[in-house]
Amino acid sequence: MTTGLYGTYGGRYVPETLVPALDELEAGWREARADPDFRSELDELGRTFAGRPTPLTRADRFAPGRRLYLKREDLLHTGAHKLNNALGQAVLARRLGKRRIVAETGAGQHGVAAATVCARFGYECVVYMGEEDMRRQRPNVERMELLGAEVRPVEFGTRTLKEATSEAIRDWITNVETTHYLIGSCVGPAPYPEIVRELQSVIGSEARSQFLDAEGRLPGVVVACVGGGSNAIGMFAGFVDDTDVRLVGVEAAGAASLGTGHAGVLHGARSSVLADDDGQIVDAHSISAGLDYPGVGPEHAFLRDTGRAEYVRATDGEALAAFRDLTRCEGIIPALEPAHALARARDLEEELVLVCLSGRGDKDLEEVLAHRAG
Amino acid sequence: MIYLMAGADTPELARAAVDGGANIVELGFPFSDPLADGPVIRRAAERALAAGMRTRACLDCLARTRALAPETPLVPMTYASLLEAYGWDRFASDARTAGATSLIVADLPAGEQPELRRVQLVAPTSTDERIRLAAEQTDGWLYLVTLTGTTGARDDVSPALAGLVERARRFGDGVPLYAGFGISTPDHARAAAALADGIVVGSRAVQVAEDGPDALRNYVASLRHALDA
Repeated sequence: MTTGLYGTYGGRYVPETLVPALDELEAGWREARADPDFRSELDELGRTFAGRPTPLTRADRFAPGRRLYLKREDLLHTGAHKLNNALGQAVLARRLGKRRIVAETGAGQHGVAAATVCARFGYECVVYMGEEDMRRQRPNVERMELLGAEVRPVEFGTRTLKEATSEAIRDWITNVETTHYLIGSCVGPAPYPEIVRELQSVIGSEARSQFLDAEGRLPGVVVACVGGGSNAIGMFAGFVDDTDVRLVGVEAAGAASLGTGHAGVLHGARSSVLADDDGQIVDAHSISAGLDYPGVGPEHAFLRDTGRAEYVRATDGEALAAFRDLTRCEGIIPALEPAHALARARDLEEELVLVCLSGRGDKDLEEVLAHRAG
Repeated sequence: MIYLMAGADTPELARAAVDGGANIVELGFPFSDPLADGPVIRRAAERALAAGMRTRACLDCLARTRALAPETPLVPMTYASLLEAYGWDRFASDARTAGATSLIVADLPAGEQPELRRVQLVAPTSTDERIRLAAEQTDGWLYLVTLTGTTGARDDVSPALAGLVERARRFGDGVPLYAGFGISTPDHARAAAALADGIVVGSRAVQVAEDGPDALRNYVASLRHALDA
């Protein structure tokens, strides 16, 4: 392997049809990064459309006796960090001359972000979503449709994010000449993991300077949930060079690609995946549709192996308890995904804690209420 | 060339395909997430996996096919995840021992893992430079993906094939060109073979194979007849 490597992870495990498109994307991305106009357009969109910078909120009642701060990506337009990536890739797509966007979504947050930028940029938008996820994240399906996107149900296999991603890639293979694949997490073939990390790194760079302003020093530990891992990689990007800051990723216990998986190939990259001994991908299980994915970004696998970041797990029940507690103690309804990060953040011994609150929980109310009843 | 998904009946089906006139048999080792495949082969892979066709069983199937079709080149076609799990070198070596002539890995484009000998694929989107690289690294012949899309029957042979063949002749250093994806009828076979040196039929063969060896033999014979006419 020669392209896009994080140690031995990453690369481009895709059908030949896509390779020229990935080369083109990579060239377009290099050019955009070197172009001050790209940066200033994104900054402007962040400020005037998305609501950046998002604040840092101290959560004293949730974590008594500690100084725990929440990076409020839940306050970003569309309700989650996903918009950072979608806006950046929308500008990139325009630079590449692509006016049709295809995306996958699990919890629906990325699908909503994709549909939102497509409405703003005037692109055609097709979002693939597993049937099971459409059921448990109904409000987001309705939002995507209102925004003008076509939501295509994926009715085979796990009927969740894994199959939705495969179908989005198949669509891209078929329509590659007109279509940009707006991947939602730091997964997929190179250069996607790098693009998504860079576009999400705004979370970490903002949070770092906000934390310094608030406390006059850096946090002892930074915590984020990890499904594909985009909010975590963006948050970690701000602190990875601060070697005294502990980085902790929290996976769903039933979808712990880093905690219980091993090296494998899924959706275009070599990473840590949930697979059996024959390399067949195993189903993941999580109450949170956004974490219900058997793969993870290759850079996380690399950070795990090098020891720079550690990855722990939270169960459905622990996430539900943290969801309830944050809601009741702080007046903030978190999405179930960052509720996993909140659940583990409470156990950590550091006094100064920074948690990425990657999204808000409106989409999860039905699921949470169903569990409370049951 | 005929594609069949590995399974309990595959050796007999492969024999029938050869009797019908197939020169090469491609043997699918199923993967749970086959990105290059359309619904027919994806469903066949799901069924094969449900029936226990894991790597070891697929290699046994290959060996039994080799015994029934001793003279026919047999080419396993699979995905990188299986090789990653089994060990790249070990997979190549065990497949050869079981009777494989070569190997196709659908999600391992030219340039990646160059030490693994395999048949390379080129597509209408491939640049001239990538066609040259694929021809240089390929094992015997080039697999021409006739269309931008996944596997599966189409109404007509892709209009992109002629241009791809023309470029592959120019940059391919004389390697034989076999065209696949979207070819399912004798008319398709004739049209594609007028351009390329051979054709690959996958999804339709997998469907016909469900009706047993006789149906498959007759189907392959109809393609053969179109090619020889």
